[in-house]
Order: sequence, then C-alpha cells, then structure tokens
Amino acid sequence: MEHSTKDHAELAEEFNRDEDRVDWHDETLWFIRSKRDKAAHSIPEWETLRETASQIKNNVLSNLHTYLQQFEQNAIANGVEVHWAADAAEHNQIVHRLINEANVVRMVKSKSMLTEECGLNEYLAKNGIEVIDSDLGERIVQLAEEPPSHIVLPCIHKKKEEIGEIFHQHLGIEAGISDPQFLTETARQHLREVFLTRKVALTGVNFAIAETGEFVVCTNEGNADMGAHLSEVHIASMGIEKLLPQKKHLGVFLRLLTRSATGQPITTYSSHFKKPREGQKMHIIIVDNGRTVQLGRKDFRNSLKCIRCAACMNTCPVYRRSGGHSYHTAVAGPIGSILAPNLDMEKYADLPFASTLCGSCSNVCPVKIDIHDQLYKWRQVLVQAGYTPTAKKLAMKAMATTLASPALYHIAGKAGRFTIKYAPFAVNNKLNPWYKQRDMPAAPEQSFGEWYKQNGKKK
Amino acid sequence: MTVGLFIPCYVDQFYPGAAIATLQLLEKLGVDVVYPQNQTCCGQPMANSGYEHLTKGCNELFIENFADFDYIVAPSGSCVLHVRDHLHDDKNPEAAKNISHKIYELTSFLTDVLKVEKLDARFPHKVGVHQSCHGQRGLHISSMTELVAPEFSKPGSLLQMVSDIELVSLGRKYECCGFGGTFCVTEEAVSVKMGKDRVEDHLEHGAEYITGADMSCLMHMEGILKRQGSKVKVIHIAEILNAG
Repeated sequence: MEHSTKDHAELAEEFNRDEDRVDWHDETLWFIRSKRDKAAHSIPEWETLRETASQIKNNVLSNLHTYLQQFEQNAIANGVEVHWAADAAEHNQIVHRLINEANVVRMVKSKSMLTEECGLNEYLAKNGIEVIDSDLGERIVQLAEEPPSHIVLPCIHKKKEEIGEIFHQHLGIEAGISDPQFLTETARQHLREVFLTRKVALTGVNFAIAETGEFVVCTNEGNADMGAHLSEVHIASMGIEKLLPQKKHLGVFLRLLTRSATGQPITTYSSHFKKPREGQKMHIIIVDNGRTVQLGRKDFRNSLKCIRCAACMNTCPVYRRSGGHSYHTAVAGPIGSILAPNLDMEKYADLPFASTLCGSCSNVCPVKIDIHDQLYKWRQVLVQAGYTPTAKKLAMKAMATTLASPALYHIAGKAGRFTIKYAPFAVNNKLNPWYKQRDMPAAPEQSFGEWYKQNGKKK
Repeated sequence: MTVGLFIPCYVDQFYPGAAIATLQLLEKLGVDVVYPQNQTCCGQPMANSGYEHLTKGCNELFIENFADFDYIVAPSGSCVLHVRDHLHDDKNPEAAKNISHKIYELTSFLTDVLKVEKLDARFPHKVGVHQSCHGQRGLHISSMTELVAPEFSKPGSLLQMVSDIELVSLGRKYECCGFGGTFCVTEEAVSVKMGKDRVEDHLEHGAEYITGADMSCLMHMEGILKRQGSKVKVIHIAEILNAG
C-alpha cells in the first residue's frame, strides 16, 4: 500500500472528478449521520451523558499514570502478560515476537485502528507473517490492497458491485454478483476457515478498566470473539488513553459509542476479556506512539478523549465530499486532522486546513472534544513552525499590512473594484481558483464607506 | 444607546446594499448608529489561515475604532465570532475583553437587545434561509440537530415578522455551504461541490431568493448561481427586514 505524497486538496480534487460518486458517498454517510441524530434525540439525557463522558475522560487524562499502573497490576493478577510499547516500531516488534514464540506464521486480526496507525500488517508481511483481517469491511479493503477509508466503516467508499468484483477475483465467486446477502455469506464462509485455523488472534481494545484489569472489545460482527475464543494466543493492542477508572463508568460510554457511530442503541457484541481461558495465553500491549507528547500539548491534549466513534467524519461536509483516503492517514476526517500533526507535522500539515471550521464535529462528539477549535489552533502552530508555502506567507503579510491601515485599505478596495469592473480578465481566468467554477461578485460603483461619506451623518 | 456599526471589509467593498440596509434598519428601530470611517477588517482572513500573529494591526485598529460604543453591531456572524473569540491586545487587554462582550451579530442584536417583536417590512417572495455555521454553531443564533436541545432560530423568528414572505423548507437546513474563508480557494473542488449541493437544495424547494446573516456564504453561493445562469438571487437578511 503506497502512501500518497499528494495533499488533501489534490486528493479531494481527484475524488471530485466523479461527481455522481461524490453524491453517493455523501448521501451514504449523511444517512448514517441522520440515524445518529435520531438515536441521540431519543435519549432525553443525551447532553448529560456527553458531559459525563467528557469529565470521566478528563479525569483519566489527568491521572493516566495511576490508572495505567493499576490496570497493569490487575491484568497481571488476572494472568495476563502486559507489554509496554513506546512507539509503533516497538509495538510491531512485540507482536512479531509473540507470533514467533507461538511457532506460527499466520494470524487473524479484528479491527484495530491502532494497528493501522502502527502499520502492523505491512511490517508483518515484510517479515513473512500472513495477517487476515476478520472485520468484513477491513477484509474487503485488505483484498483490494487499500487502506480503510473510515474508522468504523472501512470500505464505505466501495459500492456493492465493486465488492462483488473483489470477491470474484480473490474468493472465487462468479463475476457480476452484487447481492449483499450473498456477498456476506461468501465472506462468512471464507472467514470461518480462517477462525478455525489461526492459533494467534489480535484484537483492538475499546475500553480498558483500571479497577479490574479487564478490557472490552465492541464489534457488530462478533469477529473479535470468534478469533479470540478459538486462539491459543490472544494479543490485545491498546493506546494508553483507552482507560476508564471503574467498571461502572462503562455504561456511559457504551450508551454513547454506537448511537454516535451508526445510530444503533448498542454494539451487537460488547465483549469483556479478563483472563485467559485454560491453556490460552493472553497479552496486552499498551502503546504510547506519540500520545504522551500530545498529552503535553495544552491545546490538543483532550483529543486523547476520543473513543473512535467516527461521528465527526459522518457529519463532516468536507469528509463526505472528499473521501477518507484524501486524508492520507489511518484516522481520517476531523479527529484524524487534529491527531495526525502530532505524529508528523510536515507530512500532515495540510490536514487542519481541510475544514471550513463549521463546528459540526465538535457538537456531535460524544466526549465533547473541541475539534474545530483545535483545527484552528493547529493552523497557528503549523504556520509558526514554518510548514507553509512562501507565496502564501507573503500574501498574508501583504494582506495584514493593507488591512491594518485605513488609507491602504481604501486604495486597495478601489483598485480591486476597478479591476473587476474594467479589467475583468485580470481576475476572470484560470489562475484564480475562485473563478474556475464560480463567478466573481459584481463591482459596485461605491463602497459602503464612500456612500456613507456622502449620505451618512457626520461623526 | 449608541451603536458602532461594523461593516466587514468584503461587505463594504462588494455588498454596500447589505450595509446600507443594516444602517437604515437600525435607525428605523430608533437606534443611534455611528459608522467609524477608519475601520477595515476584523483580521479573520489571516487568523483562519494560521496567521493570527499577523493580526495585531487589525486588532489595535478595531479597538481604536470601536472601544467607546455601548454596542457594536455587524451584519455578519462570522466576523463577530472572530472578534468575540480572538480579539486581543497585550497593551489593552481590558478594552479587547469589553468589546467581545458588547459586539453583536445583527439578528441577535434585534432579538436579544432591542427585543424586536414586529417589523414594518414586506417581501412577497419565496425565500430559502441559509444558516451560516459561525452564527449558528459559534454564536448560537439558531439551534442545530447535533445537540439535543429545543429548536429555535433568531433569523427565522425575524423573517416570520415580514409580510407576504414565504419561507421554503430545505432538505439539509444546517449544512455548511463550503465557503470557509481561504478554504474556498485552497480546497476549491470540495468548496465548490459543497456550494453546489447547498444551492441545489434551495433551487429544488423553489426558492427565489437565498438569504442569511452572513454575506460571505451568500457571495460563494451567488458565484455558483451566476455561473449556472440561474435567476435565483442572494440577499442579506438585513435587506429583507428593511424591505417594504
């Protein structure tokens, strides 16, 4: 999977060359966003739930060291082996070592955005380990050799006809089949064989409970359970921010998670894993990978409250019309755009600008992350750190000088209106991105300031 | 009560009609309005592009022009939000703070401060209302479906007071138009697609005019309407509330 060197605007432009497809993508996600609204509005105490979840997560972030140690102690007492990974590379090496220790070369994996973030599949493939993703959407994009385009709905960018074609090529079904039930049954049979034959299973972690040392994995397909229960070795990878202090806090989050994600009242399977069954080995890998750096950024630390529901993606009018791949990072959309620059400012400098700052994301967020304010703040950080084109910098400086001086402003205004009126070719051309698909505003004879001088009352 | 009229730079230059209507409407309602003639811009175009550090000059000028008024009113939710959230002056922090408390977007000034309950206006047309995001989600001049809270709209309640107006319903009444400041040129493809979709919603529902409390969104949609050769016009809400 080659990662693109193009920025969001370029990738979004490519996505927009097929307008019908953009409409289809937009409508599909808008449908999910509407389901979310319906689910939220059916809970009178919705806003209290959001506030409670936000406060619990704030508490977690402020006491992370304590909860992490408590979780580790309890997990060990439960018979689980706990590993700490400072970054993606260390995480991947630990997984590789555990697979080697089990004397196998194949593994089944349920959905884990953390392993996407770490590039685990690519790493293991290079080391001769075969990984099969068992989430249906993940499996489809894996067969298509693409990254997921959405954290909850990994193949939301694919139409059922395209999925039929992928299954035709890889799973041996007849060409031209697009019946969802047939395709799902095909995947079910294919994955059943995988579940039965893989001795090592990796799952993600939605919530880890400090008080008990258990972790909870939420899926709609039961695929995490199938993999984990049939395995001899269960590896669970989690970011350090996944903690909740006590088991009683879980209800708040389970009520919010899937209503926000898909409009369902709860995930089909919310499975608690506490200790290995007899003869099984259970490992938890606790991963930092830049999270403590983000925790140290005052303006951005609360992005770590994220529970990965993707409501911000479904509601984002830019995401819906540019597609997940245009964000060229594991976690796309508004939340991805405030998380990614923490990992690599240069590579992801474009993402905080891929937003109109409309603010819808912050208002659907079940844990009240101020996403659009953080997008604004990242813009300031990225500019100050020098990740902006020189031409833009010069234009902004010129603009600032003009707007700070009433005299210069009045001259520039007059010149601008004069240009539009008498030399329209200077702005109505391909060099002006506004003009490509939009007309310029008509230039009035007088500005309001000029009108007021003649008609307004004297100060 | 003396109100300082803040007219955003692009309204001053391209949409003087919206500014004149704002002035006349406020005067009609008995407000003493003064337009400080040395005003330019709130600085938002730089700040939203990541150059807030270059807005010092704009901030100082804004404070110089507006510090002494009882209220400051502008026909733009977006510019008002910027001033409220980001106006600052290290030499004069109190003045900046005071301004952020007394600056109002036009429709909320009418409903919350003047408490307008009837208007002498007539606009016999089918009108679609665009809820601009910064006014809606930033200043809370209308509710949003994201939050579980009672529904309301300050611009909507004022338009209801206009005679013979017909407000059309929309498929997605709270969707962003895609203007987004410099976003409209740096992300041209998505910006235009968002604008086309928004315009289409109004056209489908039979609007003759698209109105709103922010001229920037309307300018963006006007550019698309004109390119499509549509006869549908954009009009600032002040021009409707002042019509008749």
